[in-house]
Amino acid sequence: MENWRNNKIAFFILSMPPTAWLMIFFTLPLAIMWVYSFADRGPQGQIELAINFDNYIRAVEWIHLGIIWKSIWTAAIATAITFAIGFPLAMGIAFAPPQWKNPLLLMVILPFWTNLLIRTYAWIAVLRTRGFLNFGLEWVHDKINAFFALFGLTDVLGQFEALELLYSHNAVVIGLVYVYLPFLVLPIYATLEKLDKSYLEASLDLGAGHWRTLFSITFPLALPGIISGCLLAFILSMGTFLTPDLLGGTDSEMIGNLIARQFTSSRDWPFGSALSFLLLYFTFIVLWVRATMSDRNSGPVK
Amino acid sequence: MSRRRLNVNPLDYSRKLWMRCAMGFTFFFLYFPIVALIIFSFNDSKRNITWRGFTLKYYEKAFNNNQLHEAFANSLLIAGISTLTATVLGAMLGLALYRFRFPMQGPYEGIVHLPIVIPEICLAVAMVAFFATVEVPLGLVTITVSHIAFSIPFVAVVVRARMAGFNRALEEASADLGASQWQTFWNITFPYMKPGIVAGALLAFTLSLDDFVITFFTSGPGSTTFPIKIYSMVRFSVTPEVNAASTVLIVITLALTTLALWVQSKSQRNESNA
Repeated sequence: MENWRNNKIAFFILSMPPTAWLMIFFTLPLAIMWVYSFADRGPQGQIELAINFDNYIRAVEWIHLGIIWKSIWTAAIATAITFAIGFPLAMGIAFAPPQWKNPLLLMVILPFWTNLLIRTYAWIAVLRTRGFLNFGLEWVHDKINAFFALFGLTDVLGQFEALELLYSHNAVVIGLVYVYLPFLVLPIYATLEKLDKSYLEASLDLGAGHWRTLFSITFPLALPGIISGCLLAFILSMGTFLTPDLLGGTDSEMIGNLIARQFTSSRDWPFGSALSFLLLYFTFIVLWVRATMSDRNSGPVK
Repeated sequence: MSRRRLNVNPLDYSRKLWMRCAMGFTFFFLYFPIVALIIFSFNDSKRNITWRGFTLKYYEKAFNNNQLHEAFANSLLIAGISTLTATVLGAMLGLALYRFRFPMQGPYEGIVHLPIVIPEICLAVAMVAFFATVEVPLGLVTITVSHIAFSIPFVAVVVRARMAGFNRALEEASADLGASQWQTFWNITFPYMKPGIVAGALLAFTLSLDDFVITFFTSGPGSTTFPIKIYSMVRFSVTPEVNAASTVLIVITLALTTLALWVQSKSQRNESNA
């Protein structure tokens, strides 16, 4: 790397245009929103500039705190499920024969390249009352009934009742797990891949079983990747807007939808700005934790 | 215990049945919704709940839908301009970050990479607040400007990653042989950057073409893009026509991304041969 002083002209020609664009069309909008977050909402929804913390105080009122809490809770559950599904997948790929690794990784990333909206929309056909999941369940149900009918027992399980999955909290969690799975699998895979396998072999040689090796050796060694992947999935789930919007019901609103509502139907931009900044601060804190963790842990794993 | 089992490495978890089942389940989970969506775009049933036979009529319907045409044209226009601008600016930024050491570099890098990490909804509403403040009506221009802003850092990251393998001695040799800075850039640095720039441009194009959240908030009347149109169709009803339109978008995105990967891997192969 070259000191910018040695070649000031080249430095300014290269860095000024992109910096200017980002300052005007990225930093400035955020700054304006930051100013609005301290403003008042006029009777017609106009913005009356002021300096007070009313919007931030409103954000922690019961009704809004409920939505914030629900967002954190939903994101946490989604992350936990993503981890439960993603860790075995990451492990399977990391321990697969070398020629299989890249195709398998590609298969994890491929769905992630399709449009977020379409991936979310695809779940409507799966989850709705007359959707694929209910058809599948009904089929299994009928088969079990038919099986018992062979022994003269009719209607063991009774009439099939379709699950009301779409437009519910569960649908939101499923949607989040689906959308953010690759973000969790890739960091975990990266650490498992770099992990020195002889530790695991030593553990097995010394008589520990596979489960014990997993919990005492693999998990601790892969912890930086696990934390990194989980925090990423968590923060992305936390800031989601589209998933609850398409798959959620009236009671599954998350903070992203609350923000969106302030800028659309409620027309309360100052409050929406304050909420938006709370979400941003939260994101920064999580990312900061993630960065410091990866700094601290980058040493021992080789 | 059979001989074959003894030969299996105990760490070869991918040979274990339970692991295969778990991976099979996960891949089923990952692919079933999309594959079902694509299959049901050929379904001959308006309500699209059960399979009623193969047809292409919903593709025909989607292709003859004027609103979809208009939305697609808007999407291409936005993605085209956004890609062109963001690629130039992003490549400049990537090169500057690769090449120079300067004061406040850490905070600067943090800020310019921020669009990658902040929640989309926050950026979307910030853009709405910004355009309202500077009194620019929402429309194609505001969408394009926002797309450029969030694409620049992505292009910069790709270009910078490409430059990490560059041998600075080549630039020094060129300067020693009397080339001007511009000649050195044009004949030495730029040809090396090119695969990174192409990959970055393709990434910017797909990001713009695919974006929903930011576009949704920064669009005004008459500036409907393809994803926004799909969204309003989804809201209205779930017909095979929506599936057909979605399938078209999936195919375009996949083709572009494959192209980007191919460009990158080809350039890597060329280097290892050279």
